[in-house]
This record gives sequence, C-alpha cells and structure tokens, in this order.
Amino acid sequence: MSQPDLPLSPPVSDEVRQTTCYMCACRCGINVHLRGGTVSYIEGNRHHPVNKGVLCAKGSAGIMQHTAPSRLRAPLRRVGPRGSGEFEEISWDEALETAVSWLKPLRESAPEKLAFFTGRDQSQSFTSFWAQGFGTPNYAAHGGFCSVNMAAAGIYTMGGAFWEFGAPDWDNTKLFMLFGVAEDHDSNPIKMGLGQLKARGAKVIGVNPIRTGYNAVADEWVGITPGTDGLFILSLVHCLLSAGRIDLDYLARYTNAPVLVNGQAGAADFGLFLRDADGKPQVIDRHTGKLAAWDAPGILPDLRGELVQDGVTHRSVMHQIAQTYLTDAYTPEAVAERCGIPAARIRAIAALLAKTAFEDAIEIDQPWTDFRGERHATMTGRPVAFHAMRGISAHANGFQTCRALHLLQILLGAVETPGGMRFKPPYPKPADAHPKPHAKAAPDQPLDGPHLGYPQGPDDLALDADGQPLRIDKAFSWENPLSVHGLMHMVISNAHAGDPYKIDTLMLYMANMAWNSSMNTRAVMEMLTDTDADGAYKIPRIIYSDAYSSEMVTYADLILPDTTYLERHDCISLLDRPISEPHAAADAIRWPVVAPDRDVRGFQSVLVDLANRLGLPGFVEGGVPLYADYAEYITRHQRKPGIGPLAGWRGSGEDTGRGAPNAQQLDRYIANGGFATFPIPPEAQFYKPWNRAYQDYAVGMGFYDAPQPYLFQLYAEPLQRFRLAGQGHGPHQPPEHLRAQVAERFDPLPLWYDTEHDTGQADEYPVHALTQRPMAMYHSWGSQNAWLRQIHGQNPLYVPTRLMRAHGLQDGDWAHVTSAHGRITVPVVEMAALNDNTVWTWNAIGKRKGAWALSEDAPEATKGFLLNNLIHELLPPKGDGLRWSNSDPITGQAAWFDLRVRLEKAPPQTQSQPATPAQSSPVPPAPKARP
Amino acid sequence: MYPAPSIIAFTTLSGLGFGLLFWLGVDGTPPTGWVALVFFALGLGLAGAGLLASAAHLGRPERALKAFTQWRSSWLSREAWAAAAAMTLMGVYGAALVLWQVDLRLLGWLGALACGGAVFTTAMIYTQLRTVPRWHHWSTPALFLLLALTGGALLSGRVSVAIPLLMLSGLVQGLVWWDGDRRFARSGTTMATATGLTGGDIRAFEPPHTGDNYLLREMVYVVGRKHAAKLRVIAITLMSALPTALLLLPFGHVWAALAVLSHIAGVATARWLFFAQAEHVVGLYYGKR
Amino acid sequence: MTCLPDKTDRQLGLVIDLDTCVGCHACVVSCKGWNTEHYGAPLSDQDPYGADPSGTFLNRVHSYELRPEDAPAQLVHFPKSCLHCVDAPCVTVCPTGASYKRTEDGIVLVNESDCIGCGLCAWACPYGARELDLAAGVMKKCTLCVDRIYNDNLPPQDRTPACVRTCPAGARHFGDLSDPASEVSQLVAERGGFELMPEQGTAPANRYLPPRPKDRWQDDASVLAPFLEPVAQEPKGFLGWLDRTLEKL
Ligand SMILES: Nc1nc2c(c(=O)[nH]1)N[C@H]1C(S)=C(S)[C@@H](COP(=O)(O)OP(=O)(O)OC[C@H]3O[C@@H](n4cnc5c(=O)[nH]c(N)nc54)[C@H](O)[C@@H]3O)O[C@H]1N2
Ligand SMILES: Nc1nc2c(c(=O)[nH]1)N[C@H]1C(S)=C(S)[C@@H](COP(=O)(O)OP(=O)(O)OC[C@H]3O[C@@H](n4cnc5c(=O)[nH]c(N)nc54)[C@H](O)[C@@H]3O)O[C@H]1N2
Ligand code: SF4
Ligand code: SF4
Ligand code: SF4
Ligand code: SF4
Ligand code: SF4
Ligand SMILES: [Mo]
Repeated sequence: MSQPDLPLSPPVSDEVRQTTCYMCACRCGINVHLRGGTVSYIEGNRHHPVNKGVLCAKGSAGIMQHTAPSRLRAPLRRVGPRGSGEFEEISWDEALETAVSWLKPLRESAPEKLAFFTGRDQSQSFTSFWAQGFGTPNYAAHGGFCSVNMAAAGIYTMGGAFWEFGAPDWDNTKLFMLFGVAEDHDSNPIKMGLGQLKARGAKVIGVNPIRTGYNAVADEWVGITPGTDGLFILSLVHCLLSAGRIDLDYLARYTNAPVLVNGQAGAADFGLFLRDADGKPQVIDRHTGKLAAWDAPGILPDLRGELVQDGVTHRSVMHQIAQTYLTDAYTPEAVAERCGIPAARIRAIAALLAKTAFEDAIEIDQPWTDFRGERHATMTGRPVAFHAMRGISAHANGFQTCRALHLLQILLGAVETPGGMRFKPPYPKPADAHPKPHAKAAPDQPLDGPHLGYPQGPDDLALDADGQPLRIDKAFSWENPLSVHGLMHMVISNAHAGDPYKIDTLMLYMANMAWNSSMNTRAVMEMLTDTDADGAYKIPRIIYSDAYSSEMVTYADLILPDTTYLERHDCISLLDRPISEPHAAADAIRWPVVAPDRDVRGFQSVLVDLANRLGLPGFVEGGVPLYADYAEYITRHQRKPGIGPLAGWRGSGEDTGRGAPNAQQLDRYIANGGFATFPIPPEAQFYKPWNRAYQDYAVGMGFYDAPQPYLFQLYAEPLQRFRLAGQGHGPHQPPEHLRAQVAERFDPLPLWYDTEHDTGQADEYPVHALTQRPMAMYHSWGSQNAWLRQIHGQNPLYVPTRLMRAHGLQDGDWAHVTSAHGRITVPVVEMAALNDNTVWTWNAIGKRKGAWALSEDAPEATKGFLLNNLIHELLPPKGDGLRWSNSDPITGQAAWFDLRVRLEKAPPQTQSQPATPAQSSPVPPAPKARP
Repeated sequence: MYPAPSIIAFTTLSGLGFGLLFWLGVDGTPPTGWVALVFFALGLGLAGAGLLASAAHLGRPERALKAFTQWRSSWLSREAWAAAAAMTLMGVYGAALVLWQVDLRLLGWLGALACGGAVFTTAMIYTQLRTVPRWHHWSTPALFLLLALTGGALLSGRVSVAIPLLMLSGLVQGLVWWDGDRRFARSGTTMATATGLTGGDIRAFEPPHTGDNYLLREMVYVVGRKHAAKLRVIAITLMSALPTALLLLPFGHVWAALAVLSHIAGVATARWLFFAQAEHVVGLYYGKR
Repeated sequence: MTCLPDKTDRQLGLVIDLDTCVGCHACVVSCKGWNTEHYGAPLSDQDPYGADPSGTFLNRVHSYELRPEDAPAQLVHFPKSCLHCVDAPCVTVCPTGASYKRTEDGIVLVNESDCIGCGLCAWACPYGARELDLAAGVMKKCTLCVDRIYNDNLPPQDRTPACVRTCPAGARHFGDLSDPASEVSQLVAERGGFELMPEQGTAPANRYLPPRPKDRWQDDASVLAPFLEPVAQEPKGFLGWLDRTLEKL
C-alpha cells in the first residue's frame, strides 16, 4: 500500500537568534526562530546554564506575548480625569520633555518628592543607580511585598538565601524537603532538579497546605497549617538536638555556635558578642583553651566555650541554642496540634533527616583549604537539601521562620556541603559586606549612597533627627527596621496620606500596582484618583512605564511605553540579580532580536535619555552625556574601575570579571548565545564562605576586593542590638508603641510566634486563604496571551472536602468569602488534597474589564477574581487606637498568607464580586483572529 | 455526542428516503408515470437531502468525493458507495417507470437491497464505535433499518404494513433505550481504565483548559436526565403512538399526512437523543459522561 | 489508505512518567508552537481575546485527584496526546485514507490534503487525541513530531519531539517501543508502564509510568526511630553530652 511521501526534513526557520526569555524572572536562554523576519518559534537554548534547553509553558508562548494586541503603541498623555483611561498619543520628544519639566524642578528643590519604584524588571542595579543620581531616597523594587523575609533571613543568617542566591545540590542530594513553594523564580531549574531526583529515586518531602504541582509529585506530603512552619521546624531542631544528630565539626568551624555571648542580663551589651580590640568576635580555642579571634589561623573553636571576664559570664551560642530549643515547648507532642502534623510524623521526618545527613553522608574526593589555613583531604556531604519560598516568607512571622529553617540546615551541616544547599555567585556575601541604607536627600545632589542595605543596628536606620522616617515607604524605620528591599506596597497609601511627607511625582515601572500587586486593590484605585479639597490629586503626578494595556496604565498621567522583551537590550548582571548557578557565575543579555513595529522604546534607554536631559551625575560628565542608550551603558558603565554590568569579554575580549570596557562586548555575548558563564574551579565548588580557592575566585571576578570569609550567624547579633534598643538601651530607641514589638520579635535566635494572636481573628474568620502561582501564567501579564489564557482563563476558589460538605457546596456553586476587610463572591470547586482548613485560588487570573485588550465579557473579568480585595495593608483595629501593619515586624514583608476568611454559600451568579467597572482601553480592541 | 442538526437531518431524512425507495423497489405493482415521479422524487429527494446535509457537516465539503476511496475498511466510505448505488439503481429503476412505464423488476430488487445497505452502512458508522458504548451494539443497525422501513411504509401509504411496523419500532426503540442506558457501565471503560490510576477513588480535578474545546463540544454533550426522560416520551409518542392512532382513524389523507409528519418529528427527536445521550468514553478524562 | 499495516518496522511512541510530571503545561504550549509553524495547517484559535477562547491543541494536561481510603488524597498530573495505537480505530474509520499509520515507524498521521474533516476519526479515538481545526477544516493530531525526528536541518540531539525536548521535569521519553532493548521499553519494564483503556483494544504505543507509592512514613517510622535515640532530654544533659562528644572528636 502506498502512503504519502512526507518531507521529513522540512526547513525549520530562516534564522535563529539567541537571547534571554522574559516571560518570567527565571531568565532562561531561548532560541528565537525567525521566518520572513518575524518570530516563528521559540525553544530553549541547550547550552544555557539556567534551562539547558528546556522551556516552560510561558516561555514557549512568548510569541503570543510578543504579538499581543494589548501592546501599547506610543507615548500617551492623560487627557481625561485620572482613571478615566482617556489618553492622547504624543511624540517621544514631547513625552520626555514633559517628564523633564516635572522632574527637573524636583531635583533642584527636593529630590525626595520623586518616588521611583520598580516591579518585575531586572535592572535594579541600573534603576537604583539612576535614582541615586537623581538624589531621591525613595527608590526600591518589589521585593518588600514579594519575599524579603526569605532574602533578609538568608543574608543575615548565612550570607545567601534560596532562589537567586542558592539552590539545592541536585546532583548529590538524597532527601529534598520543600517548604511553601508552588513555582518560585527558579521555575525550570526546580523542575529539572525534581526530575533528576525522581530519576535517581531520591526522596522528596513537600510541606505545603496544598498538594499541587511540586507537592503533588512529592513522595511525602505534609499538609501543614499555614503560618506554623516555624514551630514545626523548631520541633525538628529539638528532636535532632536531643538525639545529638548535629554536625559538631561543621558548627564549630563555620558557624558562630562557638562565639561567646555576653550573659549579663540588663546590661547595655547583654547578648552581644565578646569582641577583641579589633572588634572580632571571640571564641575559645580547643587547642589552647584560650580566647581567640574567630578567624585566627590554626584554631579549633570550642562549641562549649564559657568564660568569666570582668565578672561577666560569656557563653557560646551553642549553649543558648541548647537552652532554647531543648525545652518542652518544642517537643513534637507540644506542637503537633498547632501545626496539624502528628507528633509521630514529626519524629519520623527528624529521624529521616538524621539518618540521611549522617548515615548516608557522602564524601567527595576533593582536597581544599579553609580560611584558617587548614587543608582538608575531602569534602563531606550531608545529602539533605531544603528549599523554601513564599509559603514561609509571606507571613508576619516569616523572617524568623526562614531563620529557623536556616538554623535547621546549618545544624545538619547541609549548607555549602555536597548534597546540601549551595550558593550561587556572587553569593555567599554576608550581611555586613553589603552596604547600609542611605536616605539623605539634598537639592541638586546625588543621594549619599545606595538606597538599600543591611542595617547592623539601630544606628543604621533611615530616620531623621526626630526619628521620623526619611523614606516615603518608611523602610528602615522602627516599624520594620530590616526592610532591606523597601516597602513598595506602602508607597501609594503613604503618598496618599502624605505620611511621612507629601511627594510630587510617583514613577512606576513594570508593576501593576492598581491591581494584583497591591493589597486592598479597590482602595488603592481610589487613592490614585483621590483629590485634595482644592481638587488637586493627592498624588500629583504619576509616570508609568508598561509594555501592555494593564490595569495600572489607566492611572498614569504620562505613559512611557516599553518594548516587548524581544525588542530591547537588557542586562542580567552580576551587580544585580544574575543567572548564576552554584557551579558557575553567569550573566546574560537581551538584545533586539526583532525591531519594534510601534513607537515604543526600551525603558532603560528612556531612563538614560532622561538622565542625560536632567544632567544626572553618573550619566553626564562635564555636561556631556556618557551613554546614548542602555546598550552603551551596559558596555561602558563602570561601577568601580574595571567592573561593569557584564563580566564577560572585558578589556580586549580576554578579560573576565575585571577589565576595561569593551565596545565589542555585546557582540561577543550575542555570538555566545546571549550569556556568559564563569566556572568555579573544582576545589572551590563547596564550602564557599570558608574556602580559600573560592574566595580567590570571587576576588578575581570582582565580587569583592579582598577575601572575606565569615561565619554563619546562627545567633544574629544585629537583631540583639535592636532588641536592646527596645529594652531601653542606646541612643536610638523605638517609639513607645513599638517598644514591646521590637523587644519581643527581634530575638537573635530564631523563634516562632503565632500571627493569629496579632490579628485575633481565628474565631470569626476560621479559614486560611492562600494563593498559588500557576506554572503556566505569570502574574497579571499572562492573560493577554492567546494560548495561556486557554489554560487558565478563570480561577475558582478551591475548597477542601470538609468545608464543601459543611457549607453544602458543590462544584460550580458560588460562595461569599469574607475577611475582616471585605467580601468577595466567587465560584468554588472541591479539592481533597488540601489542608482541611484552607481555601486557595490561582494568583492574578482575575482581570479588570477593559484591560489587556480582552473583551469585557472575558472569563477573567466575569468569573475570575483576586484575593487581594480581602487583604489589607493594615491589620483590623485592635482597640489600642493604632493601626498595625499587616506585615512582618522585622522586614515589613507583606503578610499575604496570613489572610483568614469565612465562607457562606451564595446564590448562583454570573459575575464574580466585586465587579470593578470597566476601564477604557488605551489600545484598540483585539482583532477576532490571533495575530 | 453533540446532536448536530446536520447529522440528525442526514440520518432522519436519508433513512426515510431509502425506506420509501426500498418499498418502491420491492413493490410487485409499482406506480408508474406521474405517481411514480412523485414517489421516486420524494424518495430520492429525501435521501439526497440527507446526504447533502451530511456534507454540510464536513470541514472540507469540497473534497467530499474522496470519501469513496476507502470502502475496504471504512463504513463511512461504504455508506457513500451504498447510498450512491441505491440512488443510482433506484434512479434508473424509477426513470424507467416514470418515462416508459417499464418495471425492471430485478433492478427494483437490487435497488431495494442497496437502500437497505445504505441505511445499514449509515448505522454501522455509529455501531462500529467502541468509544460510544451506547451505539456499539447490533441493535443500532436493527433500529435504523426498522425505522427506515417504517417511515418508508408510512410514506408509501402501506397502512397495513405501517401499523405493525410503527408498533414494533416503538417497542424496539424503548428496549434500546432501556438497554442503552446500561451499556456504558457494561463496556468496562471507567476513569480507572482511562487513567490507569489505582489505589483509590479517582476524580477529575483541573481540566486541561478552563474554556471548552472541540472534544467537549463534539463529544461531551450533557443532557439533563429529566429533560431526556421527557424527550423520550415525546419521541415515542410522535414516532409510534400518535401515527398508529392516526392511521387507525377512519382512512383520510389528512390523517395520513399528519401521521407522516408526526413520525418524522418523532424520529428526529429520537435521533437527537441518539446523539445527545450517547456518551463518548473521552468524557471520562474530563470527569464527565 | 485506511487499512492498518500488518506490521510496522518500528513502533515509536512516548512514555510519560506520572510520578514526575508536575503539570506545568510546557509540553502543551511547545507542541502548540511547533505545530502552528510546521506540519500541515497552523493550529488555530477561535475568539482568542474574547469570552470563549478555544483552539486546537495536540497535547493537553489533565489532573486527577486520587483518594485512597487510608492516606491523604493525591493529585496526579496527566498529559495526553495521540498514543499512536497499533490497532488504531481512528485509521480504519477514515473514509478518505487521510488517516494512516506509517509502516516505517508506526506513527499515526493525517494527510491533511486528503482530509474532508468528517470528524469520524475523532469519534473513533477513545482518548480525545484528535481535534478538528475549525479554521482549516481538517483533523489535527499529534504527529510525534515526524517533521523533527528525522529532520536533517536540526542538530541530532534536537531530533526528538518538541514536547519531549521542552519538558523541564524530564517526564516525557521518546523511543521505539517495539524494541525491548530501547530505553523506553526498559523504563516500561522497570516501572510497570501501562496502557490506557486496554479494553478498547487499540493497543496504544504510548505508555504511562505509574506514580510511585506515596505517604509511606508510617511504614518507615519504626525503622527510623533509632536515629532519634535521645542523648539528652534537656539542656544540661545536652551540654554534658556535648562535652563528652567533643572530647572524643
Ligand atoms: N493575592 C496575592 N497577591 C500578590 C501575590 C500573592 O501571592 N498573592 N504576590 C505578590 C508578589 S510576590 C508579586 S512579585 C507581585 C507581582 O505583581 P506585579 O509586580 O504587578 O507583576 P505583574 O502582574 O507581572 O505585572 C507587572 C506589570 O509589568 C508589565 N510588563 C510586562 N512586561 C513588561 C515589559 O517588558 N516592560 C514594561 N515596562 N512593563 C512590562 C505588565 O503589563 C504589568 O502591568 O504580586 C503580588 N501580589
Ligand atoms: N509561573 C509563574 N512563576 C512565577 C511567578 C508567576 O506569577 N508565575 N511569580 C514569580 C514571583 S514574583 C515569585 S515571588 C515567586 C513565588 O514563588 P512561590 O513561593 O512558589 O509562590 P506562591 O505561588 O505564592 O506559592 C506559595 C506556596 O506556599 C504555600 N503556602 C502558603 N502558606 C504556607 C505556609 O504557611 N506554610 C507552607 N509550608 N506553605 C504555605 C502555598 O500553598 C503555595 O504553594 O514565583 C515566581 N515565579
Ligand atoms: S521559566 Fe519559563 S517564562 Fe521563565 S524565563 Fe524560563 S522559560 Fe521563560
Ligand atoms: S512538560 Fe513535562 S512536567 Fe510539564 S506537564 Fe508536560 S509532561 Fe508534565
Ligand atoms: S490515540 Fe486516538 S488518534 Fe491516536 S492512534 Fe490511538 S485512536 Fe488514533
Ligand atoms: S476527519 Fe479527516 S482524517 Fe478524520 S476520518 Fe474524516 S477524513 Fe479521515
Ligand atoms: S510529539 Fe510533537 S506533536 Fe506530539 S504531542 Fe509532542 S510536540 Fe505535539
Ligand atoms: Mo514576587
């Protein structure tokens, strides 16, 4: 029988251009196929360090994003009232001159009146440099509502955290425990890693109230009660301590467990480290029994260290750890009920950790030398790896919970050892090697230093002489002293309230603040349009850069339309949030693989243009602009001599890390597939904070100028400094109403507290309500994607079987969901693989009618909904006359997942509630057919 | 299955047409001249209209002729041949009667056989589908043939044959419904065999897409149980009971015409249910049946 | 020609690991992208920005909840595309010969220039693996990326289906299931790979690897208990133990 003659080798495309995906922040390498000059297919780049050829659903759908009808087409100036969505198209010159006419007077009189906040972009080293040049202290990115707890706890504890800072040693780990992760930024690497573990038959434990995605493939599911991970983890710590299953050698050498702490209660230096004249924390050397600086060559610090000096007893951190966690408060039996995990199971998990870390330890035949000069013949691996994300960090006890997890990892000796968690360069980098916050603004002057940093104590807060916050978001104030990423979620409400002061211009970049990235969405929309008695807007001017017709666009006075990610230069820099992997530093670029077909410009280039017009220092020298556009900034900017945004092909193309700018650098990156990797030598692969070979590598790369080994801070002294201030010591003390909070929560050893006590709502609102990221959607911007919206076009509320029965609900029914703050009415679907007392939905599927060039009856707008309408940036009044922030008292991290609700069955509906009235679209309606 | 109007029209009308042509073909004393013209035109017209309607269902109707190529394996292709053969044979047979008043008996018998074949092959298109347990049964062609015979008898005015056939087809239809409701369960295809998942109750959680798609539109049509029961009563009344009653009334053309219309409406309703109630196993993947 | 070949030289297919699939839909979209630009008519979408968006996809990911009696409920992500059945009913029902099974490798394909879009093959497929494209009016189905796996214009390591190449978790495997020595056949043998709806008699080529047993901690608890044998119950004892242990180090 004949069958058709198939062409088995059809041409694939005319040309392939390699760049970096930006359908999410994972930043995989992509091969963009072009046919007839237009994008025809996108696949993963096999040689790329992040994704090694694979690509997620969003990445493959990039072509639909790139051609979305919602793309903005030209600069827009508001003509109707703010929020009306009435705009006129203007030229770029007009747009830039308008911006300059607003910004220039501010810079000359009061630079702090510009607040510049950025969202999902990845050019923070550049945008912050711009803001620093402008002179405003009011700059930050979105980390404050995202996962600052994770970042801050990680940096303060061990000089690195999960996600961009570190990753499990997928090659070697035998037991992987995942806390509170639905997707994370390391989207593809986590999936690849899980696949690797599965192929090897390694064990995966998922700790999550919801069993989907990664937790669905986990061998063991721990359906924990939200907000109680800290307690669970500390109970594991209790079990391991009482069984002596901790890595004593590791603790003694590489952590501050042997460091001596002042034990004189009530003293001004109570709880601080015993230091020598050079300020170095002291340990007792087991060889000599004498005091020694922690880093003295040849010493072996003594974990039991105890010393009486001048009548004051100093005991090692290890003493305190034992004293704290061996108490009955942390026995499995004591925590089981609160965590919703049987005591026997907590023990089983602790035992499995103990067994895997110590009985199944691995040994890698790789000699290395530590910072004290000692040569080690092998590398000992503790093959237990942990990873965690917002499930533990987006709670008001998240900072301490993340610290607790790091404590557990470190006690097991499972950080920077084979099989454990490994840092990604330029991490590790301890908190005290980071800058401190800077917030002093002066007319016509750049800011006195970088905006964000890691305070080491009350002296470093961003407060004026009266103790008032210097920043509009009140970052680094007593309300949240370690808000190391700023507090973007407070900017609009503070600016609206003129508290701590009024601003003039709010400039936002790539953040949908009028919708899914705000708490209290409806009120935020009102604040953005609210006027004074004299009719002037409370937030006088809003400049916004978006690439698409988002909900936020409606509220801008001036819109600077960005390109899509395939049409511009970008730089994924080691100065910023690079794409390194544990075995190699790496950076990457984006470049215009196709030219825009609209009157849009890459926003970074627009910022360069604005800087030139404003004459900002760092951009203009002697009246002459240094860079014509962002591409030129990427190649020519030097942060320090020899160190620029990209580390590859510096100098004449031979230099790596350090070297003179190279005009051909971008071409070299393009020729190499859009990225560069800088492998870490085998000897330097593990033990990075203490490994001489790694320290030398890091100096060579320009991460720092001299080796800077450090100890993991199980006991976080900076926290104790704040606590002492809360207890009445020192020149800088918290205001009275915050004193107790600071004194209690700033425990230098990880602790757990019940955030329910803060809200006091458990009875009235008994059910936890959470969101998860869908793997095939990125926040709000996936819904304009013709392919992805077919997968997630609406989001039901998933309700556990128990609550479905209790409320007489069936799939497709509707329910009122009420929090202390508001009520929404939404469709429900039953789910059995879910914590009994938790409901959840996919994040950011709900859309406002008229946005994203979708038709007004799109399911995203009729059935879809946001949980954000139930979440307030402040807690409900407690009756003390104060409004407390719905955030972590240490970092200010928005406590999205502390939400509590009540359910009631609702009659059938055709529209989810609240139904925000339609916005009018700045782009024409979408065509009937896909582009 | 989605009760596509084109397919309901196709099966109903072509069944009726071929039924009529069948009776004309086996008629020992066939009509001739104008009367023959009317009968043959009606028969061929109904069958032809049915086929046209079915072509409307195609994604690429302009290529419909390609459907003749796979008679060795495909019931749809065989149906095309059988229908074409039946229409050609009956066309020639009818033409002879109309134009020359000649009864080409052998051709009549052959034509009748082909008409039966056309209805049978039509039914086999559905019967062969193991994926639709309700159809995958010998009773499907039996009922199709029976209804074609009944409708044909009715149309050709064979009252004495029509009355028992009406009663019989009503009875068979009832049995087919009764048994059909049990066939899915009997087929052994379940969510467990569909997914291969064992060790507990299985429930469809998130579908692959939040909107609908071709599969859901085409194969996962859901009729309310009460609605279906009502329609069954209506169908059997219109298809069998009412025409029988009308035919039992003292003879009158008006009643006969009404009986025909009622029967057609009844068969169309039954056909609607034939499709709408047919559960395709793919529904299991969506947690639906 | 709609008769099935008596025998094919090879039987290529996919093996999908339900223990590993995280339900990310990457395979779905990459398949959509590849097949919109390659084999046959593009995969169209209807009402893409409107109230009822829907389109043609050749691969879709379902998810199921499994509720064991004595353990917590589980969730299983379940990708599904054409299974390239050995006894493919979709082929034999086709009136035009557009549907056929290749003798070389067992891939079931639609020759779109012969397809009249009658839809019967989709009805005949128990798995919902065929979708009629509303814009093109022809039947679409997984081609097993026949235009990739032999394509000399692709680097050798890319001559694999788009969905397999992209799957981040490595849950999809491609190979010759008629060769017992192939990697896919070995996986099937080792992990107890199974067929979907065996009772339908389609003899699918694709296999699924079952989820591994889950939530077995109680079975291990007693084995593990010795690892938690306490050295101390309270801080004092612990510090004593620390003393003793450090001496020995
Ligand atoms: N209920 C609830 N709310 C949450 C969370 C939660 O878990 N639950 N998570 C929070 C977290 S962690 C985050 S990070 C935020 C994220 O929320 P957002 O930061 O608001 O993120 P997106 O919705 O992705 O959109 C940002 C904006 O960037 C625009 N954009 C996309 N591409 C480009 C481009 O190339 N250039 C420019 N200039 N603009 C572009 C989009 O059109 C969109 O308007 O949401 C927060 N909100
Ligand atoms: N596809 C996709 N990828 C993304 C994004 C996206 O929008 N789409 N967004 C990116 C951004 S901005 C961020 S911040 C990251 C966030 O990545 P993730 O941290 O994975 O973010 P979420 O989806 O919010 O998932 C939080 C998880 O924590 C669980 N959880 C909630 N409360 C608790 C608790 O108390 N304990 C435990 N153990 N678990 C809990 C939830 O059930 C959920 O599974 O993802 C990034 N990656
Ligand atoms: S994870 Fe997906 S969307 Fe994110 S960068 Fe990688 S391919 Fe792109
Ligand atoms: S790409 Fe892989 S992990 Fe993702 S849904 Fe498909 S098979 Fe599952
Ligand atoms: S899965 Fe369906 S379409 Fe594919 S060969 Fe089998 S029956 Fe045919
Ligand atoms: S739709 Fe096309 S491939 Fe399918 S049976 Fe009809 S003609 Fe054959
Ligand atoms: S093999 Fe090719 S056509 Fe088939 S599902 Fe995978 S990507 Fe799609
Ligand atoms: Mo985030």
